[in-house]
Amino acid sequence: FLVLQNDDLRNLSLSGHVGFDSLPDQLVNKSTSQGFCFNILCVGETGIGKSTLMDTLFNTKFESEPATHNEPGVRLKARSYELQESNVRLKLTIVDTVGFGDQINKDDSYKPIVEYIDAQFEAYLQEELKIKRSLFNYHDTRIHACLYFIAPTGHSLKSLDLVTMKKLDSKVNIIPIIAKADTIAKNELHKFKSKIMSELVSNGVQIYQFPTDEETVAEINATMSVHLPFAVVGSTEEVKIGNKMAKARQYPWGVVQVENENHCDFVKLREMLIRVNMEDLREQTHTRHYELYRRCKLEEMGFKDTDPDSKPFCLQETYEAKRNEFLGELQKKEDEMRQMFVMRVKEKEAELKEAEKDLHEKFDHLKRTHQEEKKKVEDKKKELEEELNNFQKKKAAAQLLQSQAQQAGSQQTKKDKDKKK
Amino acid sequence: CQLFGYVGIEAVLDQMKIKTMKTGFEFNIMVVGQSGLGKSTMVNTLFKSKVSRKASQPGQEERIPKTVQLQSVTHVIEEKGVKMKLTVTDTPGFGDQINNENCWDPIIKYINEQYERYLREEILITRKRKIPDTRVHGCVYFIPPTGHWLRPLDLEFMQRLSKIVNVVPVIAKADTLTLEERAEFKQRIQEDLKTHAISVYPQEDFDQDPDDRALNDRIREEIPFAVVGADQEHQVNGKRVLGRKTKWGIIEVENPAHCEFPLLRDLLIRSHLQDLKDITHNVHYESYRVRRLNES
Repeated sequence: FLVLQNDDLRNLSLSGHVGFDSLPDQLVNKSTSQGFCFNILCVGETGIGKSTLMDTLFNTKFESEPATHNEPGVRLKARSYELQESNVRLKLTIVDTVGFGDQINKDDSYKPIVEYIDAQFEAYLQEELKIKRSLFNYHDTRIHACLYFIAPTGHSLKSLDLVTMKKLDSKVNIIPIIAKADTIAKNELHKFKSKIMSELVSNGVQIYQFPTDEETVAEINATMSVHLPFAVVGSTEEVKIGNKMAKARQYPWGVVQVENENHCDFVKLREMLIRVNMEDLREQTHTRHYELYRRCKLEEMGFKDTDPDSKPFCLQETYEAKRNEFLGELQKKEDEMRQMFVMRVKEKEAELKEAEKDLHEKFDHLKRTHQEEKKKVEDKKKELEEELNNFQKKKAAAQLLQSQAQQAGSQQTKKDKDKKK
Repeated sequence: CQLFGYVGIEAVLDQMKIKTMKTGFEFNIMVVGQSGLGKSTMVNTLFKSKVSRKASQPGQEERIPKTVQLQSVTHVIEEKGVKMKLTVTDTPGFGDQINNENCWDPIIKYINEQYERYLREEILITRKRKIPDTRVHGCVYFIPPTGHWLRPLDLEFMQRLSKIVNVVPVIAKADTLTLEERAEFKQRIQEDLKTHAISVYPQEDFDQDPDDRALNDRIREEIPFAVVGADQEHQVNGKRVLGRKTKWGIIEVENPAHCEFPLLRDLLIRSHLQDLKDITHNVHYESYRVRRLNES
């Protein structure tokens, strides 16, 4: 059966209003009814202001207690919230690195973070590989943006920062920010920022690039990129400034206004992260970072894309082959174990037999000894009886003699008596 | 969590719109029906341009092929910045032979081939950023305006195809039926569909929420739409309208009192286009995938 395709795409002009310009709206309506997922990972030392910044960014109070400084290692704490603004529902997940930077030995600090990110990719991959899957209502937990909090030392990045960012840059969109920026003076800030950016470049750390290919956002993204890393100040407390209340931090020497662009880059961060590029962050996570993870994972498991005219479903067949291999190995292991078991049983049996023999010997020995003793005792008994008999005989004989003697005596006295008479 | 002030989360809607407008949309529609029912004209009327196969390959003699052949034509159309890659698949030869047994097989094969193509792309290790979507999002089935009931061919076809693709049945050349005849015909068709458990688009099972259900129930009452296609303009009351000129009057295609073409157009394009694509992707494609993965 023929299927003829017209391969050259022609551009046609419409002679009237068809109406498919409503397509983007149709698509957006679907998404609004389903809601959006957005997951932010905050990496930074304890006490650097992660929770405060999140509260300030999303203009709310996420309940959390400040962490202590004596965590034995880094662990990731994820909290999900449902936010709603007009008709948009956002499922926001904020993942915190508790204990980052507190340990004396920080060699392994980055590991739990990388493991967490990979675990989310893995969960998505598992769902995608299932036979019966439901991707369209899957709760996406993959990290879309990683805010890396740089301590405001004023000098340069710490080696922990460089190492961690290097490990994360191929897995997640990194947006570096300078935390607690109100401790740095303006002129120092400029130097600090340049130093950080040049260090990132010289170490080959790939941070998130704000997209400049779309005309509507290219301009704003380009101007904002110049200010990276954003120096932010977070605050949920409001201070009266002029005749308005504004989020600010009050010091004896003045008030640092969070939303004043002269004071800090908070507004820029909010613009970039939420109002301009949220969708792009999600898309990059899915099409670049997730695909990379998927490719590596599948290649690691031994799958390959063979050339186009090979057998279909190489994935399925490789699965089968792997499965058989695995089953074969299992079988081998099972056989080995069984053999070992049999051997051990034999050994134990031999041991037990030995023990049994010993016991028997002992028993025989004891029996013999017992017999001997018994014999001895019986011999003694016999002896004793003989002696007793002898004694009795002697006694009897003695008694007889005695009685005879008595009789003789009494007869003699009788005779004597008679004689006297 | 309560927001104490404006954050700007709703800007994500605009971001999405901009992105989708940049990448553009793909829409693949298939028209099925006997020769002469007005399929090509209907498609041209729907998209207000010469998208049909006939129009884009002029000069080819129209011969009814001996077997069902599927022919696809792809065009790029743009409206207010929204680009759409439209593919129309025609099925000349369907239902035209003397013995029409299994004439739906090539169509089913074609639809499954598109699913297969997508699946192969999806399971590659190194995947394309955007997998090209050639899957059929909607199949418009043209019912000849007999006025009686659905014919065995119609029933067989719709039964088989509504399981793998979104089927939108329409009564073709509805200008041969009066309004009463039209209403009766529709009633009988709806009963027939129910008796044979054929679930056409919009399917009841996929209504997502009460609003959806209410909207779709209203549509379901009117299915199948009685349509008339026309690609010529005529003067009516000082306005230029698309219509068919006859000795007894001009049938205005876009006049809801004359025919239900506007309903069809609104359903297919203005309100449910994305829904057609979503159901194709989330339901039909997934069940194909399940079948396919289970059999190897």
